[in-house]
Amino acid sequence: MTGVTLSANERVLVKPKLSRDDWQMRSVMIGIGVLLLIGIILPLYTMLSKSFENKDGDFIGLANFNEYFSTPALFYSGVNSLTISIIATVIVLSTAFLYAYALTRTCMPFKWFFKLVAIIPLLTPSLLGGISLIYWFGNQGVIKDLLLGNTVYGPIGITIGSSYWVFPHALMIVITALSITDARLYEAAEALRTSKVKIFFTVTLPGCKYGLISAAFVIFTLVFTDFGVPKVIGGNYNMLATDIYKQVIGQQNFQMGAVVSVILLFPAVIAFTVDRIVQRKQVALLSSRAVPYQPKPSNGRDYTMFVFCLVVAIFIIAMLGMAQYAALVKFWPYNLTLALDNYNFDVMDGGGWEAFWNSIDLAVYTALFGTIIVFIGAYLMEKGRGFKTGRTAFHMVAITPLAVPGMVLGLAYIFFFNHPANPLNFLYGTMTILVIVTVVHFYTVSHLTAVTALKQMDNEFESVSASLKAPFYKTFTRVTVPVCLPAVFDISIYLFLNAMTTVSAVIFLYSSDTTLASVAVLNMDDAGDTAPAAAMAMMIAYTCAAVRIGHVLLTRGISKTTQAWRGH
Amino acid sequence: MTSAKTPYLTIQNLTKKFGDFTALDDISLDVYENEFVCFLGPSGCGKTTLLRAIAGLDIQTYGTVIQDEIDISALPSSERDFGIVFQSYALFPNLTVHKNIAYGLENRKMPKSEILTRVKELLELVGLPDQGDKYPAQLSGGQQQRVALARAMATSPGLLLLDEPLSALDARVRVHLRSEIKDLQRRLGVTTIMVTHDQEEALTMADRIVVMNQGIIDQVGTPEEIYRSPRTDFVADFIGTMNFMPGCVVKKGHVLVGATTLACDTNGFDKGDLVNVAIRPEDINAQDISDKDSADNTLAATIDSMEFLGSFYRATLAKGLFGGDLNSDHLLADFSINLVRRKNVLPNSNLKVAFPKDLIRLYPVTS
Repeated sequence: MTGVTLSANERVLVKPKLSRDDWQMRSVMIGIGVLLLIGIILPLYTMLSKSFENKDGDFIGLANFNEYFSTPALFYSGVNSLTISIIATVIVLSTAFLYAYALTRTCMPFKWFFKLVAIIPLLTPSLLGGISLIYWFGNQGVIKDLLLGNTVYGPIGITIGSSYWVFPHALMIVITALSITDARLYEAAEALRTSKVKIFFTVTLPGCKYGLISAAFVIFTLVFTDFGVPKVIGGNYNMLATDIYKQVIGQQNFQMGAVVSVILLFPAVIAFTVDRIVQRKQVALLSSRAVPYQPKPSNGRDYTMFVFCLVVAIFIIAMLGMAQYAALVKFWPYNLTLALDNYNFDVMDGGGWEAFWNSIDLAVYTALFGTIIVFIGAYLMEKGRGFKTGRTAFHMVAITPLAVPGMVLGLAYIFFFNHPANPLNFLYGTMTILVIVTVVHFYTVSHLTAVTALKQMDNEFESVSASLKAPFYKTFTRVTVPVCLPAVFDISIYLFLNAMTTVSAVIFLYSSDTTLASVAVLNMDDAGDTAPAAAMAMMIAYTCAAVRIGHVLLTRGISKTTQAWRGH
Repeated sequence: MTSAKTPYLTIQNLTKKFGDFTALDDISLDVYENEFVCFLGPSGCGKTTLLRAIAGLDIQTYGTVIQDEIDISALPSSERDFGIVFQSYALFPNLTVHKNIAYGLENRKMPKSEILTRVKELLELVGLPDQGDKYPAQLSGGQQQRVALARAMATSPGLLLLDEPLSALDARVRVHLRSEIKDLQRRLGVTTIMVTHDQEEALTMADRIVVMNQGIIDQVGTPEEIYRSPRTDFVADFIGTMNFMPGCVVKKGHVLVGATTLACDTNGFDKGDLVNVAIRPEDINAQDISDKDSADNTLAATIDSMEFLGSFYRATLAKGLFGGDLNSDHLLADFSINLVRRKNVLPNSNLKVAFPKDLIRLYPVTS
């Protein structure tokens, strides 16, 4: 070897030449990144600065915050939000844990039924629970005596209604946490003659600890930031999310709305941070060599769990069932004959059938464009070479929306897009802005789903393609997308369902031409047309259920036709 | 170097850093045309990093790579000329074997009929003529790796890079595929670099082996050179099995081990130097206890235990062989089945062992 040894400071750093692929991948990723910047970071920034300004736009420091904390009514809604969220977290977390435990660790019969019932709340707007509660426990409710004279309009209603709709969100996290266990841990514990109780506390609980923490924060954040349930059944009990609505829509006090938004943002950001940390630890627990746990029958435990799950299932079905019944009843409670009168939306205020079709449009566009943008963005971020700073920055921006409650996002959009100086001002009041806000609102979960699917693909695919001189888009369309098709469909269904049911972000952004079904539910309920509101909520539920069934069939069809190469 | 040939691939002063960690430290190496070179070393020694730098997948921090007289140091993978095979096969799961192999050809705007002929030819070359319509998941690991090889060779690259191609396979398939890859490489004459941590693979396949350790090259040489004359104690220890004993050069041609003086080549050492005295287990000879002509370096030993390894026994010699205060001399010696049978070697039996003078190697003591 004749190489001359050079001292460190004489050596010249190799500056890698970028390939055409690198240029293209980076520019498209930066393009999507800029869209996200406009869709989340700039609006948030505008809103934050608004909270430090007076009505004329002058900087006044913390004066708005001072005013907020010295106005008892406003301050107490924060306390209320906190109280309700904590109570709901305790209730939902323990229920979800037992329910998930029954599904994963027992030989309880009819598991398929309980799994099916548990996802019902995902198919309905969060408002539906509130409406059902009115019919069960409201002033003319069927079993209002069970409340012993307490009113359902307030903390009780909000707690029950919130618990109903956040249940499946928590359940899914806990099921995942309980599923990733190693059966050999249990075999080892039993071989060491550990008692069942001790196994539960030394193996089961520590194993799903992170899942439970994560679920607790998700429940807390969802309830804390939810707008639908307190709006419908909150009565005079004020919560932060309804405060924003009142400040902005009712009193046109945008500055105070921004202040409340900032306060709403705090716990959400904390929850988000904790969740990120916890997720990372959870992954470390996974070992590819783990043996899946197979529960053994145990009559006593199995039937106790069965009864428990049945009670939960009956509760969920009762919520949905009552909404359906109320939607069909002619005039509650005086004329209980069934008819379709309440579905005649065009004769009511709130948007009519057009609102429903608008929602379908929104859901389709959101699913279509959202999936394309999310998946391409995740691909470029995950599989691009070099440009580490850019890719990390992209990831940071992509996970930000998860920390931003819908109400806050919607309000931030008003501040940003409605500003006369904003060249994007023309978007205000259009369907486009509704699609944008919905994609952004649900961006993070979709992004993480795509990243997970992409991480499972061999990184060397890109290396091999480069060595074969194949441009990246060829490998992307011919290999990556077909292999990740199940994940792509998961993302689109997630976006579709959420676009159908969401209220919080869009409530600030719809115009008379773009009223949505979920907004119509809210407005009809507000106007006292509770039965038509229930009917519209049911329309959303039918649509979501149909799309969900279609998704299952489609996924099944794909796995059949691709069985040859998926290998199982 | 006096070689008149121009190297096909030249690596000069190549350094790769990951943050503060130096994965490759000032590596220089020449690879000649048609050569089969193995990068051999324990995990973390930098062999894969070096391969990825050559491929342009992880470009080096400093240094030059020249392939076929072109400086490719900073070029992206897509502008370099190589085919690559990974341990994971990295076959596109949703494309048939045929389409996998054709993947690179399509990018060259080759007419369809030509692609068809070429793929057929390649499938025959790797011994899978009828498997073109199957998907990778329907093939065994060995078959998948052959497809990966065919795909890498499809565009007739000037350089073939193999990144632990056999590590994911069963022992039997591995041995079989080993000779097939070697055979294929010889027939096609493609310059090949293979990364492996398996010394047997390197010894059987390579024309030259590059032994790497902690980001530097310890030795480059033919398999025989590497095995017979390891340049450092790391190479000696990593390839094959080696006994090490602490010793001291007492005079030219003699080292003291324990209380015994052994004759050996002491070139490069001075009197009084502390050394590591090394000998391979198979180089220790058993002699009859009654042998009159006890040559140099013959000692009476007791067998401590014996391990049956199929074609031979690996015996552990009892401590205290060299006398003195040398307590760590757990020497290994390999005895053929024949010898063990003939001499009735058993644990606790005694025999004379000889340490042939030419086969003892000395290494400086590294602190």
